[in-house]
Amino acid sequence: MTTDRIEKEIVVRAPRARVWRALTDAREFGQWFRVEMEDEFAAGAPARGRITYPGYEHLRLEVHVERVEPERLFSFRWHPYAVDPKQDYSSEPMTLVVFELDEVEGGTRVRVTESGFDRIPLARRAEAFGMNSQGWAEQVQNIARHVGETK
Amino acid sequence: MFAALGDPTRLRLVARLGSEGPLSIARLTDGSDVTRQAVSKHLRVLAGAGLARGAREGREQVWRLEAARLDEARRSLELVSRRWDDALLRLKASLEGEPQ
Repeated sequence: MTTDRIEKEIVVRAPRARVWRALTDAREFGQWFRVEMEDEFAAGAPARGRITYPGYEHLRLEVHVERVEPERLFSFRWHPYAVDPKQDYSSEPMTLVVFELDEVEGGTRVRVTESGFDRIPLARRAEAFGMNSQGWAEQVQNIARHVGETK
Repeated sequence: MFAALGDPTRLRLVARLGSEGPLSIARLTDGSDVTRQAVSKHLRVLAGAGLARGAREGREQVWRLEAARLDEARRSLELVSRRWDDALLRLKASLEGEPQ
């Protein structure tokens, strides 16, 4: 049983180059991720944005891009439970999100792995979950928020 | 807290406390190839993470699981898991709806 990581994958019926663009072009990323990005993604640099999901527009996203290997791998770090826009999470551990693309029959396989949960303090997770549980019950059909759970 | 669970001996201790109910260190050490000292140390790590609690009952220290904490750990990972499921579905929908 691993408690440190989550691995997901999906096959998208679209060419690899197209999927790559949807992940790494900040404006396109924002369209499905529901965030209005203020920076482009570049290896080694932070990229910030404003969550656009209705009801959560007061929340911000900030990722620290790590690797950009064209059409193959895109990774960044972030704070997965950052819920309060007025709070400074900068001294807290971040998780690592890695997207990997492969060509498969019928399209492109997208794998995403998020790891590093073992280092996140219990109090942060409990707070995020408590604040979010009601919101989740309502939003679960719609969601997609990677960051900021919350009220 | 997740780090506290990431050790096989600690996972076994958690499993035993979960299925057998509160147990003393003596009982937890019985029938295992881990020393009492090591069991004690692992229990302290679990306690430090809020996953288990020891209390003196008579002459023994008896340990029990803090089930609520474990539940929170599991649920917060489930939350992250669901978020990613949904995000990937949205990625897929946004790309497959396009004219070719």
